Amino acid sequence: MLTASQINFERYFEPVFQPVNFELNSGELLLVTGANGCGKTTLIRVLADILHPTSGQIENQAAGMAYVGHYLGIKDDLSVLENLRFMRDFLGTSNRDCADVIRQVGLSRVAEQQARTLSAGQRKRCALARLLLSETELWLLDEPYSNLDLEGIELVDRILNDHLQSGGACVLATHGAHRPEWPATRDCFLVSGAVA
Amino acid sequence: MTREKSSASLSGAFYALLRRDLLLAFRRRTELLFPVIFLLVVVSLFPLGIGPGPQLLARIAPGVIWIAALLATVISLDGLFRSDFEDGTLEQFVISGHPLTLISLAKICAHWLVAGLPIVLLCPLLALWMNLPVESLGVLMLTLALGTPVLSLIGSIGVGLTISLKRGGQLLSLLVFPLYVPILIIATAAVMAASDGLPYTQFLGLLTAGLITSVTLAPFAAAAALKISLS
Repeated sequence: MLTASQINFERYFEPVFQPVNFELNSGELLLVTGANGCGKTTLIRVLADILHPTSGQIENQAAGMAYVGHYLGIKDDLSVLENLRFMRDFLGTSNRDCADVIRQVGLSRVAEQQARTLSAGQRKRCALARLLLSETELWLLDEPYSNLDLEGIELVDRILNDHLQSGGACVLATHGAHRPEWPATRDCFLVSGAVA
Repeated sequence: MTREKSSASLSGAFYALLRRDLLLAFRRRTELLFPVIFLLVVVSLFPLGIGPGPQLLARIAPGVIWIAALLATVISLDGLFRSDFEDGTLEQFVISGHPLTLISLAKICAHWLVAGLPIVLLCPLLALWMNLPVESLGVLMLTLALGTPVLSLIGSIGVGLTISLKRGGQLLSLLVFPLYVPILIIATAAVMAASDGLPYTQFLGLLTAGLITSVTLAPFAAAAALKISLS
């Protein structure tokens, strides 16, 4: 589904990480780990086609990608429901009911509230709801567990398992102690800009 | 990367984005009203500053109204892509697989509807204020209707280029004002020609050509500028 060959990205003529190679198939999870500043977010943004790799090739055969990054793409002046309705209409791919997805991520109580009133964890849940609406094969998640309580972490694991079981794939970058349990997990450990 | 989109989903995305931007504009009333109030204040200051002589006011009216419209547009331009850039929505747009050109066009349309159209609609009031002859009012409205979308279109390129800079707003003015000069000259020449009873259709033709060229090229340039800013 996603193949990366010798991907390299340079910032100010310095490589952020050494060439990265991997092949990700349906039902597989690629776990990108490493210390702060080792290039996890950059790698995810390169895979998301937001940044162009300095060298190397990315072959993406997935039917659509969805991305949750540090900036969640949620409009403060819209309610949770309005944010999700917009993304559903914009992506034009989902037949799912927004209210159902909101219930699934545990935001029913605040569905009509403007996003500016939400906590950081609730905003992350809203971004997860957008993931569910996107109905894409490939998920790119950058620190999806940050700002979430235990229940929220379990929620991420649950929707990730459902996604992988249904034939999707995921690249997940994390520096935290929590590691999702999934048998088909590949590791990409970034250390000091080099792939070990 | 294989992320092709059907034309139906593209038009759906266009209208969804247009609708969302209009809704956001009406939720942020201060941002919506500020350029309009600025326009009214600037135009109303001229009779106070140079005296209420009707002939002088009528003579300078096209230039004053057009310069005020230009300044009001530049003030509102910074909001065109900034909030989407800062909250990560622009990244979501990129990853959606929809062309950034289409996204830029939808946002430019929304910008014109909330920043340009009110200027066109307020034009009769401004003309009355500045003692502009009634026979020139129609031409002034036409020039604003044709010219303000060009201001939004050209401005979108500047916004795209400066969006990632901390004080991008100041640089934006320097970038776009020189590009606005031809529009200002042609539009005011059309209104002055109409006031003097001279033919003015050639000026409207030039403005139309400018509009067509901008609609054709500016969304591509804005999309390229946004892509550069994102990286």
